[in-house]
Amino acid sequence: MTTSEAAPRFRPGDPVRVRFADPPGHIRTPWYIRGRAGVVERLCGSFGNPEELAYNRPGTPRQPLYRVRFRQAQIWPDYRGAGTDTVDIEIYQHWLEPGDAR
Amino acid sequence: MTAPDEPRVDDHPHEHGHPHPPARPDTDDALTYYKAMEVAVRELLIEKGVISAEDVRRAIEAMDARNPAQGARVVARAWTDPAYKARLLADPNAAIKELGVEPGAYRLVVLENTPRQHNLVVCTLCSCYPRGVLGLPPDWYKSRAYRSRAVREPRAVLREFGTEIPDTVEVRVHDSTADMRYLVLPERPAGSEALSESELAELVSRDSMIGVARARAPS
Repeated sequence: MTTSEAAPRFRPGDPVRVRFADPPGHIRTPWYIRGRAGVVERLCGSFGNPEELAYNRPGTPRQPLYRVRFRQAQIWPDYRGAGTDTVDIEIYQHWLEPGDAR
Repeated sequence: MTAPDEPRVDDHPHEHGHPHPPARPDTDDALTYYKAMEVAVRELLIEKGVISAEDVRRAIEAMDARNPAQGARVVARAWTDPAYKARLLADPNAAIKELGVEPGAYRLVVLENTPRQHNLVVCTLCSCYPRGVLGLPPDWYKSRAYRSRAVREPRAVLREFGTEIPDTVEVRVHDSTADMRYLVLPERPAGSEALSESELAELVSRDSMIGVARARAPS
């Protein structure tokens, strides 16, 4: 049996957008970040898909996990703080789409 | 579980000549659905011989034995040994093991505070926390208020912890939503040049490794 693992699609610095979706079940993509644009900070490795593991399924193919950096001012319209403030979030690859080139 | 024919404790008169203020209600948590589920599963596992009560006790003791002093040792070493700091930032789990601390199953990310950047850790979804290095999370870390506000208004939350971050410093929030765990490497406080590594470790609070505070100034 081979370990099934999805190949990484993104590299650090790539612009990405989080899919806007609302599937049922155990989801690790926080609601506040769905549909938002950010930049890949790093690839963390590949991990069993928690949306599957939560239901005692094998979690394969393992999903590349990224840390994606977002600008706070773009997430919260009423954000109070420096324009350079950021939030980094771990997002699995199947939640990411290529972002707009900047 | 009181049997129906057992006398209730309040079935006798309480009069003894003077009044009492009403008793403050107990703050024991309610037995929620999931707590009852945990008790039931644990008792079944023990009853069926899968695990023993002693196994459970040992696991709890091992969990309780981990504490922020371990993380403080790691920080103090990083402050005094630049080569160690470089290893800690590059491969946190390996560098932490060097000091005899078992970081646990999760991969750690060490976030370095600098004069230009202040890092703050939160888990908006639940309570992910670097338990291997810091022990159990404080209750406020698991509260809905912290989890929602740390990401939305981090500077206001920091201010409530007594930590004023000027606008010239970037606040970087890290939402620990999945498979990584985060440890903040606070800035070494001014005036600490003459201190030994163990004296330095005493300046490193749990809160400073979550990012809601700075390391203490030496007294």
